[in-house]
Amino acid sequence: MTVDTAVTSASGTAADTELVQLLTPEGERVPHEHYDTLIDDITADEIRDLYRDLTMSRRIDSEAIALQRQGELGLWASLLGQEAAQVGSARALRPQDHVFPTYREHGVAWCRGVDPAQLLGLFRGVDQGSWDPKENNFHLYTIVIGAQTLHATGYAMGVQRDGAIGTGDPERDAAVLAYFGDGATSQGDVNEAFIWAGVNNAPVVFFCQNNQWAISEPLERQTRVPLYRRAHGFGFPGLRVDGNDVLACLAVSREALQRARDGEGPSLIEAFTYRMGAHTTSDDASRYRLDSELESWRLKDPVERVKAYMTREKMADQAFFDGVEAEAEQLAEHLRTTCRSMPDPHPTTIFDHVYVDTPPTLRAQQEEMARYLDSFVDEKEAQ
Amino acid sequence: MTALTIAKSINAGLRRAMDADAKVLVMGEDVGRLGGVFRVTDGLQKDFGEDRVFDTPLAEAGIIGTAIGLALRGYRPVCEIQFDGFVFPGYDQIVSQVAKMHFRSGGRLRLPITIRIPYGGGIGAVEHHSESPEGYFAHTPGLKVVSCASPADAYWMIQQAIASDDPIIFFEPKRRYYEKAEFDLDQEPDLPLNASRVVAEGSDATLAAYGPMVKTCLEAATAATDDGRSLEVIDLRTLSPLDLEPVYASVRRTGRLVVVHEAQRTLGVGTEVAARVTEECFYSLEAPVVRVTGYDTPYPPARVEEDYLPDLDRVLDGVERALSY
Repeated sequence: MTVDTAVTSASGTAADTELVQLLTPEGERVPHEHYDTLIDDITADEIRDLYRDLTMSRRIDSEAIALQRQGELGLWASLLGQEAAQVGSARALRPQDHVFPTYREHGVAWCRGVDPAQLLGLFRGVDQGSWDPKENNFHLYTIVIGAQTLHATGYAMGVQRDGAIGTGDPERDAAVLAYFGDGATSQGDVNEAFIWAGVNNAPVVFFCQNNQWAISEPLERQTRVPLYRRAHGFGFPGLRVDGNDVLACLAVSREALQRARDGEGPSLIEAFTYRMGAHTTSDDASRYRLDSELESWRLKDPVERVKAYMTREKMADQAFFDGVEAEAEQLAEHLRTTCRSMPDPHPTTIFDHVYVDTPPTLRAQQEEMARYLDSFVDEKEAQ
Repeated sequence: MTALTIAKSINAGLRRAMDADAKVLVMGEDVGRLGGVFRVTDGLQKDFGEDRVFDTPLAEAGIIGTAIGLALRGYRPVCEIQFDGFVFPGYDQIVSQVAKMHFRSGGRLRLPITIRIPYGGGIGAVEHHSESPEGYFAHTPGLKVVSCASPADAYWMIQQAIASDDPIIFFEPKRRYYEKAEFDLDQEPDLPLNASRVVAEGSDATLAAYGPMVKTCLEAATAATDDGRSLEVIDLRTLSPLDLEPVYASVRRTGRLVVVHEAQRTLGVGTEVAARVTEECFYSLEAPVVRVTGYDTPYPPARVEEDYLPDLDRVLDGVERALSY
């Protein structure tokens, strides 16, 4: 018995599936009868803003990788190649919408207004998520694969019970956006989230960034059919979008989120993209995948195609691109400075938030640790 | 004699078990082409083929659940859980299904499954990558739980685990994966799987540990000689069932016991050891059994893990408390 791994329909290519694309890799605008209507209000200014978001997301990523190489971070999970999927979907959100990310959604965090320096703490090892999820409606990163899709679904059920869908009030109706990857679709939690969202008609959008790789495992280890088609079995619509096309990601996310806000229930978006880097800085992708695959995806770069589009349509000149570049450098400097000055937490703080109401037994352990640490201070002073 | 790391010893043990029994399978996330994120299964897929060494979908409940089915069909699956903190999606399959199948079938069914879990901290990792969940499994009847601490034990214990007709949860001390030692690959093991062993002899107090903390305790014993203290170190090796006869014998001589583990203190393995030693050696004890463990908090961020984990100083501090009682 040998498993047939050559199931082209699971991975597919741009050519052989119903893939929504509005901007070709060369930066040419492709008309689309339906999805054009979802972005026809986009101004040149907003295109420039999207380009800025993409560039900043990439710069956050490259700076974090550099900080990891310098020993300032213990680990980093790179988003390289997935900028358009993240920016396009996140820019379709309204302030009252809520996001449940994995650990790779740095571009989404940026779009939600989280100071990217705050993303570094978890990877530096000084905290496990330092931002306030309520401030930007951007939940903490979740590392256990797929767990957050259920949290998103439950949150959406709460939105439903609060009557915050289907009122027609654009500032009240809310949707929930759950991010996850291709590997996560195998987890029981994710399949249960699909079921719960389906039977409850919950206002949640499942946004799968299919970057083709779960560490070393190609998509064929997770599925025999294109992932978006699974949605139909759970009773809600699913589609595949070019995940390297920020306009297409924006269009399909706008539609799905509005559908959720209108009370019409969940949907699944499969953003077809590629993990250009290794799984994390601890991984060596050269052990399991070919450079030629990487090269073919390099030609579909999500940032370059917007730049080509803007240049072609004369939406931006060199001064604009230089300005964004300078801004990205400033952001990188902010990340460097903030990261290096992040203090290590005091050891006794690990007891502080285990419970809301800390039991006396745990306080006693905290005091025990403090006394133990103090005994070294005394020794030093005595010397 | 061959010098191997713990990681390479497990690899060699897996290889030998697969050579010896065609029913042995290796399954898990990234265990195939990549050879595991710690390279413990490196080269096995190339040598034994994709039927016997295979990358599974990213689903721990699925890994354990399908291993049960494979075992029922006559295979001996060796499941890899990539990191300690990721065992929990498969926890239900382990404690409700793996642990109980033999019992509820009245002994008709056996599940010779080995579940390998790299565990413990000290590697500067992000959350869910440094935990010590052995207590949950040791608390579950029907599972046997072991942890290796040396290359030779890693090599033999993985083979004994695979050969066991009872399911084994095999905890691998990930921060010691690259510790190297010489041993003879062909000399038969001197102990069965579920047995503890004295790894350093001493007379003033006894240290009992397993997995990553054995090395820490051996270093503490060496350091203690500077103060004229002689510490006996016991590698428990098996957490369920516990093999405490060597501990009782030691405590009857030393009168003092310090149990060391990375896992949280409350209801940890140390608690059970302390209770049994109190029952068996009450009149020999000169001091209460001391537990030197992780604190009762979630595993903390990496930059404070050194203060959370027992180290040489904390072990010696525990010894001091036992001696000065």
